Amino acid sequence: MSRQLIVGALLLVALVVFPLVSPWSTVILTVALCEGLAALGILILLRAGQVSFGHGLFFAFSAYVVAFMAAAKFGHEVLLLVPIATAASGLVAALVGLFIVRYRAIFFGMLNLAISMVFWSLLEKLFSLTGGADGKRVPRPTLAGMTLEREAFEFWMFYITLALAAIAAVAVARYLVSPGGKALEAIKTNETRLEYLGVSSRKVLYGAYLLSGLLAGLGGAIIALVSGHVTPELAYWVRSGEFVFIAILGGVGGVAGPFLGALMFQIIRGYAAVYAPETWHAVLGVMLLIIIFFAPTGLYGLIAGRRRTAAAKEGAP
Amino acid sequence: MPPEMLFLAALDGIAYGSLIFLVAVGLSLIFGVLGVLNVAHGSFYAIGAYVAASAVLAAAGMGLPTWLSFPLFLVSAILVGVVVGGAVEALLLRRIYGKEEVLQLLVTFAVFMILEDAQKVIFGVRPLFANAPMNWLGTVEVFGIQYTVYQLILIPLVALAVLVGLRLFLRRTSFGRAIVAVTQDREAAMAMGINATHVYLFTFIIGASLAALGGALSSATTSLTPGIGSGMIVLSFAVAATAGLGRIEGAAVAALMIGLGRSAAVYFAPEFDVLIPYLIMVAVLLIKPEGLFTTLQARKV
Repeated sequence: MSRQLIVGALLLVALVVFPLVSPWSTVILTVALCEGLAALGILILLRAGQVSFGHGLFFAFSAYVVAFMAAAKFGHEVLLLVPIATAASGLVAALVGLFIVRYRAIFFGMLNLAISMVFWSLLEKLFSLTGGADGKRVPRPTLAGMTLEREAFEFWMFYITLALAAIAAVAVARYLVSPGGKALEAIKTNETRLEYLGVSSRKVLYGAYLLSGLLAGLGGAIIALVSGHVTPELAYWVRSGEFVFIAILGGVGGVAGPFLGALMFQIIRGYAAVYAPETWHAVLGVMLLIIIFFAPTGLYGLIAGRRRTAAAKEGAP
Repeated sequence: MPPEMLFLAALDGIAYGSLIFLVAVGLSLIFGVLGVLNVAHGSFYAIGAYVAASAVLAAAGMGLPTWLSFPLFLVSAILVGVVVGGAVEALLLRRIYGKEEVLQLLVTFAVFMILEDAQKVIFGVRPLFANAPMNWLGTVEVFGIQYTVYQLILIPLVALAVLVGLRLFLRRTSFGRAIVAVTQDREAAMAMGINATHVYLFTFIIGASLAALGGALSSATTSLTPGIGSGMIVLSFAVAATAGLGRIEGAAVAALMIGLGRSAAVYFAPEFDVLIPYLIMVAVLLIKPEGLFTTLQARKV
């Protein structure tokens, strides 16, 4: 736990200071935090041994809720839009979860993918409602009642996002050490034994799914506000795959992992835009394979040291 | 709704269902034998389509007769299966058998990302259209509406041949029976002298070739754009899951159900045609979580 705290605190301090030194980075860092939030949701599911290739659904749903509300001049205020949109995607997660927690592994991953692809094609096809592939513009709302210029808005949005991400990370870290979080690990190792203990694995997974949907929704709401534009691409499988990539790249050992992964992802994206603009998803795929085969603990595992693996070795007979 | 419309929708549905059957049966076969759900399966479909279309266009450019397209379809499907499928199995999947399912999903997903971009680099992003083989076969008239022989007769015939062929292959030939043996008990089969490594490789190549064949056949009916693979993987998963993963005859029934359902939607509620396959899948899975044709298995404590 203490190492987790140190890595997290260092990352937080670095993130607080960096935009003050180089103001150009606020938007990129905000985007990274949003994707980190969604990847944090994936991390929770990975703890239970499940992977979702469809969390773009929640990301996009809350982004479109923001877009519709902002366009309707209803709740033209960040402090209203973000909670409402997050709650809305939480509601979707609560509904989808009812069905999806009945499944594990392959079905879990693929059903998530299928549902998100349905949502994506609806976003593209219902042109009159959603603007089709062009998406919708999100007018810049007020922040705590103030109408801000673009730069000031982006500046404050970054620090608000950072605060929310820090709160979310601490909350998830506490959740993971709580009985509910420990039961998640038991789903991964041996679900039948968990049920013999009288714990409903479906209820445990349902809670985790709800939480992961809320996290992805929070990220989606903020990204809609900061980028000022939503497109169906937010729900596309590529997006969901990026979340999984970020979670694996960062490592699932600690809650700082997804954010480390998201920052690294932005750096990779930056370089790829220059050197491999056409094939950068292939670059991601190759990296994913390398991480899986050679560094399965991800960045977090590399930074926080080999304590976990060492402990695991001592524990092994 | 007039009865002729229903009949026409049914004809469309059979053609469409036959196409997704070819892809889904490959997915199901691979899962049944290797225990791996191949997320990159949609890419084999897409690559098969692109290779076949390029081959047909190249043959036309050289002034070769159009009927040559049909053997070319078969050749490109097998080529894609052996080269791309064989490489994926031998280089990557072989390392992860027996690992967690999530890990296997992630590895094939990574392959999917790589292959999707590889297509764009090799075949470009401009739509590719090679419908000469479809036009060459001509049309038939049903209820005053022109149907292409290609979609109405050829594609369903190929699907039927694959279904019967696969069944005979698995039950009657010695290699097919070796595949079934490995599926049921790998260790016992190996003790009997069956080379499981070869069985896995060969099965994966067959599965990938079937997906590529589906792609090759579809290449004459639509224009090819990047992204067709991702739609196909979810669709073929829907079919395989509805039938129960690993069920070959079941996949045919499920593909037909989903094909008919979808074409009915195209006629009566076109905005929602993409929803129908998933609604059918969800409805089936709610009632029978393991799919239509799977028998329940005991859980290991």
